[in-house]
Amino acid sequence: MLPAPKVVAPPSDDKRWKIVDGMMRRHGHEPYALIEVLHTVQETFGFLTDDGLKYVAASLRVPFSKVYGVATFYHFFTMKPPGKHTCVVCTGTACYIKGAPSLLSAVQEAAGIKQGETTEDGMLSLLTARCLGSCGLAPAVVFDGQVAGKVNTESIKMRVHGYLGSESESLVVEEHK
Amino acid sequence: MNQDDLALIAAQTKQSDNRYDHVVKVCVAAGCLSANADQVKTQLESELKQRGLETCCKVKGVGCMGLCAAGPLVSADANEKMFQSVTPGDAAAIIDDIVDNKPAPPAIVIDSKLDFFAGQKRVVLENSGEIDPERIEDYIANDGYEALFHVITKLKPLGVIEQVTKSGLRGRGGAGFPTGLKWTTVAKAGGHRKFVICNADEGDPGAFMDRSVLESDPHRVLEGMAIGAYAVGASKGFIYCRAEYPLAIKRLRIAIRQAESNGLLGMNIGDTHFDFRVEVRLGAGAFVCGEETALIASIDGGRGTPRPRPPFPAQQGLWNAPTLINNVETFANIPPIIRRGGEWFASIGTEKSKGTKVFALAGRVNNTGLIEVPMGMSLREIIFKLGGGIPEGRKFKAVQSGGPSGGCVPEQYLDIPVDYDSLASVGSIMGSGGLIVMDESSCMVDVARFFMDFCMSESCGKCVPCRVGTTQMHNILERITEGKAEPQDLELLKRLTGMVKAASLCGLGQTAPNPTLTTLRYFMDEYRAHIDEGRCPAGVCHPAKAEAEVNA
Repeated sequence: MLPAPKVVAPPSDDKRWKIVDGMMRRHGHEPYALIEVLHTVQETFGFLTDDGLKYVAASLRVPFSKVYGVATFYHFFTMKPPGKHTCVVCTGTACYIKGAPSLLSAVQEAAGIKQGETTEDGMLSLLTARCLGSCGLAPAVVFDGQVAGKVNTESIKMRVHGYLGSESESLVVEEHK
Repeated sequence: MNQDDLALIAAQTKQSDNRYDHVVKVCVAAGCLSANADQVKTQLESELKQRGLETCCKVKGVGCMGLCAAGPLVSADANEKMFQSVTPGDAAAIIDDIVDNKPAPPAIVIDSKLDFFAGQKRVVLENSGEIDPERIEDYIANDGYEALFHVITKLKPLGVIEQVTKSGLRGRGGAGFPTGLKWTTVAKAGGHRKFVICNADEGDPGAFMDRSVLESDPHRVLEGMAIGAYAVGASKGFIYCRAEYPLAIKRLRIAIRQAESNGLLGMNIGDTHFDFRVEVRLGAGAFVCGEETALIASIDGGRGTPRPRPPFPAQQGLWNAPTLINNVETFANIPPIIRRGGEWFASIGTEKSKGTKVFALAGRVNNTGLIEVPMGMSLREIIFKLGGGIPEGRKFKAVQSGGPSGGCVPEQYLDIPVDYDSLASVGSIMGSGGLIVMDESSCMVDVARFFMDFCMSESCGKCVPCRVGTTQMHNILERITEGKAEPQDLELLKRLTGMVKAASLCGLGQTAPNPTLTTLRYFMDEYRAHIDEGRCPAGVCHPAKAEAEVNA
């Protein structure tokens, strides 16, 4: 038998740790709940921090190396803070055939970031998804959690300029507002 | 709950639906939702309220109707009237059409007799687009949970397996392993603890069948799992679903809660001694977790890396207990098989592939969306009749089935029947059901590179042939598309495909060379054009330009 869970203090007095604690309690602090708990941490805080990983490791009695291994193995987990806005371009087969690569280069042109990067001012992150399962709407892009279908290079540039605010392209933003 | 309660719920639901002269169904699956289907639904409701028609006409959110590219979709009067690309502003015109028979603008009307709908045979999707996925009563009114009650009250576990074996159902995840045989193995395995896992980690890019089933008819999957659990002697189940499918997860959770509160999941189901609980587990974006041993490792909270088989999960799976793992569509086929009998199911399809198959038709084809057809239909019929052919009068080049594990089928094989064995004979696989149509604007070398790029980054890194082999093949393919390849690279690429196929640990590596192999086999001229002439026939890659830069 494993020893009873040791009470570990959360890394900070941030109230959001209570949500994470709740999830761990629901699974009886069993080590197999690791992925579920990491999902909760990411959902609550936006990304995974070192402190957060250490806290989860201690609470679930899983070696930190394993927690780190899991957090870096799965694409869904990120250890970098996301930008204020996110733009996820689907690069599944149907979207690829229908022009996802040109969407990526359009964002790169407009915002100067490649996939997986965030603009310096922290306004926009450009991410890619393996497949959103919205192949009927190809090419699809998720802007701040909202799926948009049949996107073209013009419409994606408009959105990106809108996110980047007045400094970069005041004209387009006004048009868009 | 017992069988009488079930019949009562069904009768009450039907009765309350029959009170309405018209039921307007709005698709609220993910595709249509992202095109504002929820606003359309609200607008239709307020339009009816305004006209005081709420008592004779009801608006209902339903699952996927199939023609996803034309969403949001609305249908009424037993699907005789269908509308496409509906905006909230069309609500008045639609109500006019349905209630007063004043035809709506032709731009939003779809002919419900279209081959896309008429050519299908719906078994798995029979409730999709018909029932409200968030109401268990709707599912029960459509014969839901009847099969489960029949099984737990009238059949012995072996009797259930007999029906499944008789049906000839094969695993719908891609490999096509006979389901009856898998169930028998788990049932025979010893031990008091067994598990049932539903594989909803639909990782193939270009495939969205499982997502659609989960979003449109989640109870069907739960019922299939419960029947499976009874047959093999398990009392605990997991659904391993991709985190990328938030709506499917939400509806599954609602369905589980409803089933539990109605006594259809949990302890003593149907007042018998059968217990079964289901939990949803989230994936975290790893393609390899579709492989069963990797999936098990992931449910256990670890990195999703596969292990050698045997022992197969049917003998030693989750927490070393015998585990039944089936795909979403496989479980969704179980309730109709039990209700109508194994022979009925076996009467559909071809000799070795029984039943129907759901395909996600996408890419360069007019009607993109979800279809369910009997096994054995030809690819030509699927693409040109149901799919409506290639847009903009372009020429068909290839259809890719089976995602990164499948191959590209060229025009000369369009007439082969779609079943597990025929597709394998031309170097592709049935796969989970994604069909991506490509026309002359796609470069086949680039497509091969795209899939190899996918496999390279999705390789879990555990075994060397896959980890290193996919990278090497990707580098060669990239050199070819960039016009930097030497003629001997082709020979090396061929040798690598054979090596990776033979030596990899799991299905990911063993099938990763398939897209490359099939394009080498059927589109060698395109490879040659890139290497020898520095030209891309489809105009996708810029091999010559790259060469010019190198020389400059």
